[in-house]
Amino acid sequence: MAQTVLQIEQLKKVYANGVTALHGIDLNVKEGDFFALLGPNGAGKSTTIGITCTLVNKTSGNVIINGYDLDSQAADAKKSVGLVPQEFNCHVFEPVIRVLLTQAGYYGIPRRVAKVRAEHYLKKLGLWEKRNDQVRELSGGMKRRLLIARALIHEPKLLFLDEPTAGVDIEIRRTMWEFFSEINNNGTTIILTTHYLEEAENLCKHIAIINHGRIVENTQMSTLLARLHCETFILNLATPLLQLPIITGFTVRQTDSTTLEVDITQTQMLNDLFAILSQHNIVVSSLRNKANRLEELFLRMIDKKQEVIT
Amino acid sequence: MSSRVTENFIGFYTIVEKEIMRLVRIWVETLFPPIITSALYFTIFGNILGQHIGKIDGYSYIEFLTPGLVMLGVVNNAYSNVAMSFYMTKFMHTIDEMLVSPLPNFLIVLGYVIGGMFRGLIIGSLIFLTAMFFTPIHIAHPWFMLLIALLSAMLFSCAGFINGMIADSFDSISIIPTFVLTPLTYLGGVFFAVSALPHAWQVLARFNPILYIIESFRYSMLNIRQANIELAFAMIVLFVVVLFGVCLYMFNKGIGVKS
Repeated sequence: MAQTVLQIEQLKKVYANGVTALHGIDLNVKEGDFFALLGPNGAGKSTTIGITCTLVNKTSGNVIINGYDLDSQAADAKKSVGLVPQEFNCHVFEPVIRVLLTQAGYYGIPRRVAKVRAEHYLKKLGLWEKRNDQVRELSGGMKRRLLIARALIHEPKLLFLDEPTAGVDIEIRRTMWEFFSEINNNGTTIILTTHYLEEAENLCKHIAIINHGRIVENTQMSTLLARLHCETFILNLATPLLQLPIITGFTVRQTDSTTLEVDITQTQMLNDLFAILSQHNIVVSSLRNKANRLEELFLRMIDKKQEVIT
Repeated sequence: MSSRVTENFIGFYTIVEKEIMRLVRIWVETLFPPIITSALYFTIFGNILGQHIGKIDGYSYIEFLTPGLVMLGVVNNAYSNVAMSFYMTKFMHTIDEMLVSPLPNFLIVLGYVIGGMFRGLIIGSLIFLTAMFFTPIHIAHPWFMLLIALLSAMLFSCAGFINGMIADSFDSISIIPTFVLTPLTYLGGVFFAVSALPHAWQVLARFNPILYIIESFRYSMLNIRQANIELAFAMIVLFVVVLFGVCLYMFNKGIGVKS
């Protein structure tokens, strides 16, 4: 059975202005997991990560990382964690490779080892050719990848990715997804926060949703998705439809002459819908989800529309 | 050495190296101005005005002025280096790189302080060399001189670190040097003997750490005992211990760096 790599107990944070960001949350993440920590802006995700990475002072509670208490065994606990922050925070006038060597130095890694690792990660992330360029000369996507390389230079067991693909084009984003999957398969536990829910659905095995400083859901991704009672599909029609016929047993809406929206519950089959549409000589040329499945669930949970979840 | 000690040493060395590289990278802004300023001081105050002042404790005014100007450079540069460097680290959020690392807080503080000391001592040495072009140089107690320079640089590096921690804007970095450090420096006996002040001012001057620094350094160079040097030395050490303790306390609490 996998060990617990992150254990958060009754973690509470009240900021100086009186705002309670975390109301005593509990969270366990197993070794090797790819864990999504989702929530709207201001929900408490970054505070949780900040406390775990010792960038934010906690009010109360415990954090145990890789078996080490963050209060009493801080050095060992911190060596186990890597952070890709939401905001870019490298020294912009330093050469790319110097950023990695400096970070390695803070972790006590000898320079010769650091150089080997820096070369490895810069090549992996497509930055090796830029190693002697100043950081400010990098593109937005390259800067994001530099943050990832920096977070991995001490080869942590637990990696926080705080919106790692924000502002990155889709091609680079997919490359980064592949890289995250690769390091996860090699044993690095990853905790991901993102506003791209497709990203979380594709990558993560477990999910926790945090809202107003409380964990409102914490389960396996597959379990959560299975709880989606109803999905909405958009059907694009091959020919314009003048008037929508009665489609018995399904809730169908016509949004324009060539587009239908259909709500499909867990007990209904798309084949049955297509059979009825065929009877009315309606030809469907393509079909897609109206929203990403996780997105639908997420929005309903955040809005507390729990009635659609069985 | 245990692996933890080795790792900590590498981390500490990394901070010091980073600070020194910063100084070297911007050498035009860091090394030149103090040399030019001190050369102007030596020319105007030392040579031109000094001729009309006469001897102080047996030395010409420019000879009397030299230890004060050297320490002025040490103190100002140690302070401003750490205050600006640490504030920039906060401003760019690169401080997070250190905060997430396993490096102990006291080594982070010490790394910045050593960086400030390095700049202060380099500038002090350059002013010292500049002085050689204007006046004969006397060194009565070389080891004591070095010790005072080191302690003074450390004291004001610590003060700069505190400024960097509490600063929340670039203005905050200049407010303390302008309204606190400069008056303390000018009233600390750089340009005159404190014994020349009215009695009440002399009493007030005893609360000024720069006074002890200047008097001790002047003693180390010229062998002038304007005050109780043992007391002055003890006060400098006390200020260093207290300010380093304050730095460490504030950093451990995360004041100005953690929410």
